Amino acid sequence: MGELVVDKHVKYILSVEKRKDSFESVVLEHLRMNGAYWGLTTLDLLGKLDALDSNEVIQWIMKCQHESGLLDLYSIMGGVAFCYAGGFAGNIGHDPHLLYTLSAVQVLALFDKLNVLDADKVANCILICFSSVTFEIVCPLFEILLFGSLKIKISSIPIQLIIGHPFLGLLNFMPDISGLQNEDGSFSGDEWGEVDSRFPYLAICCLSILHRLDKMNVEKAVNYIASCKNVDGGFGCTPGGESHAGQIFCCVGALAITGSLHHVDKDLLGWWLCERQVKSGGLNGRPEKLPDVCYSWWVLSSLIMIDRVHWINKDKLVKFILNCQDTENGGISDRPEDAVDVFHTYFGVAGSLMAFYYLLFHCKHFLKATRATNSTLNS
Amino acid sequence: MDAEEHKLPLSQNPEWADVTPIPQDDGPNPVVPIAYKPEFIETMDYFRAVYKANEFSPRALQLTHQAILLNPGNYTVWHFRRLILDALGIDLNEELEFMSGISENNPKNYQIWHHRRWIAEKLGTDVASKELDFTKRMLFLDAKNYHAWSYRQWVLQALGGWENELSYCHQLLEEDVFNNSAWNQRYFVVTGSPLLGGLEAMRESEVKYTVEAILRSPENESPWRYLRGLYKNDPKSWISDPQVSSVCLKVLSAKANHVFALSTLLDLLSHGFQANQEFKDAVDSLRPSSSDPPDSDLAKAICSILRHVDPMRVNYWTWRENKLPLSV
Ligand SMILES: [Zn+2]
Repeated sequence: MGELVVDKHVKYILSVEKRKDSFESVVLEHLRMNGAYWGLTTLDLLGKLDALDSNEVIQWIMKCQHESGLLDLYSIMGGVAFCYAGGFAGNIGHDPHLLYTLSAVQVLALFDKLNVLDADKVANCILICFSSVTFEIVCPLFEILLFGSLKIKISSIPIQLIIGHPFLGLLNFMPDISGLQNEDGSFSGDEWGEVDSRFPYLAICCLSILHRLDKMNVEKAVNYIASCKNVDGGFGCTPGGESHAGQIFCCVGALAITGSLHHVDKDLLGWWLCERQVKSGGLNGRPEKLPDVCYSWWVLSSLIMIDRVHWINKDKLVKFILNCQDTENGGISDRPEDAVDVFHTYFGVAGSLMAFYYLLFHCKHFLKATRATNSTLNS
Repeated sequence: MDAEEHKLPLSQNPEWADVTPIPQDDGPNPVVPIAYKPEFIETMDYFRAVYKANEFSPRALQLTHQAILLNPGNYTVWHFRRLILDALGIDLNEELEFMSGISENNPKNYQIWHHRRWIAEKLGTDVASKELDFTKRMLFLDAKNYHAWSYRQWVLQALGGWENELSYCHQLLEEDVFNNSAWNQRYFVVTGSPLLGGLEAMRESEVKYTVEAILRSPENESPWRYLRGLYKNDPKSWISDPQVSSVCLKVLSAKANHVFALSTLLDLLSHGFQANQEFKDAVDSLRPSSSDPPDSDLAKAICSILRHVDPMRVNYWTWRENKLPLSV
């Protein structure tokens, strides 16, 4: 069995960072902020964050932030998908979005540079946008919560400021998040009323960071999540939806934050999750699906939250991840022989480190986040 | 707008002469110059202009079409399109047709499924069968597409059309009995269809169906979990129903792919099932030759075999063994 080709991965990530101007696809390039988060976190996990000129990165990030102007119009017109002034876009000149705002904040935290932000502004932005969320966002959000990199700063915002925000009423959003909470305790992520078990997770996560969980009906939200539980112990997207490792991560995460893990049948779910490990050692997200490196994160963190991570074979999982490495040019792919990308490089590195050293991994990030928080406080 | 005109660049198209495009603001000195395609730049520049002017017109609708083709992930464009559709009172049946073509190329795009639901909600129960047919086509391309399944469940609940759903599940399981999404949908129908009378009324025929599926491929995780689900909140019936224990016995006797049969038997025993000699013999015959003398405790013997045949989850089976009461 090989090992993590750390230097190659560092090289690969640096090369991607350099290729800023060569994204041919418009579809890909608006995701650049997420790419930066995945890439830089990988470098950090590998202890090589100093290989990059942090000033250059920060400069680029700050240029993706929207200050005002057209954006106000956007936020009114578009309802919720857009960040109000203060939000970040996926790249310079793009529409801001919650997805990228969180990545930007995470990257700044990584560099201990949260002090360059007007945290109140960003917090407002996070408060008012709340939709079109994909799994990529769940991960940074969860980390923010776990490691508290934003906790103290944002929660220091006077509640009056949030309540008095002129756009909040208009957007039918927080701080009375119950405006988005439906009768059955579920949440609509957006104006079209899409109901999805990811949204209570995000709401709970956001409000918990803001120390504002009392602003929502936690019990109702928790009951809604519980109603998404299936007979196999897993959770789906809506009541009756098929169990899916990504959804399970969201639901277990929300239940963990609210101290409601008693709704989880830990033994049954733990078995379902460890059944995700296939012969090659990789993890899939649903029965009979192909294994994929990114599921190392969702399955492993769910198992950690319910204290059953020892039920999978960590050696085999790490071996699978290592087999997905491009040992020549660096980078990790979704499964062996596929093309590498930054997303899977991040989940691969995080997964393999977490599988063996998950405690250590948490400690390292916790220390880093504490440092970042402290430096923010001291600034 | 005819096809010829469509191909004409907007800047040369007389129909657009009155509009001043709004270029993207990349800031004064973009450190990251972005290589956009010219067609994309032009379309988005004109889009920004009509968007800012709140122009709800047929040409703006056509422009959103172009912009969607260039990047179906742009949420601003979709939202604006809905405003136009509302304002112009466009026949939404036409919009459904327009969507079908785009969906097949972007089966996992959130915006597209959203948009479709927005339309179907407005059109109401009349489109139930149309929408079920549409998801059927999408599931034909990928039988496990989560978006398609979510949408289908929403259609059934909001618009109806349950009549043929159970036979559709059967059809999918005939094509691939390992399709967990289809098993999940079957459970959704059996427990939720207003036409079938609920789980208890369906249990007998469903158990029979599931047992057959298990015997065809005993290594298939899905029907085993489905079988357990048929006795939700009723562990007593689960333990006492001879069909459950006998399917375990049949699979064990075949001596292949028996992990789920063993684990189900283990569950039954943990819930108080009393196994007779036949079960003990079947389990005993599966003992690896190298192992210790047979364990007098059946549950322990099962755990020991499972550790051997499912080494990936050896820690789980060890945990199961440690959880067993000291002597049964
Ligand atoms: Zn993946």
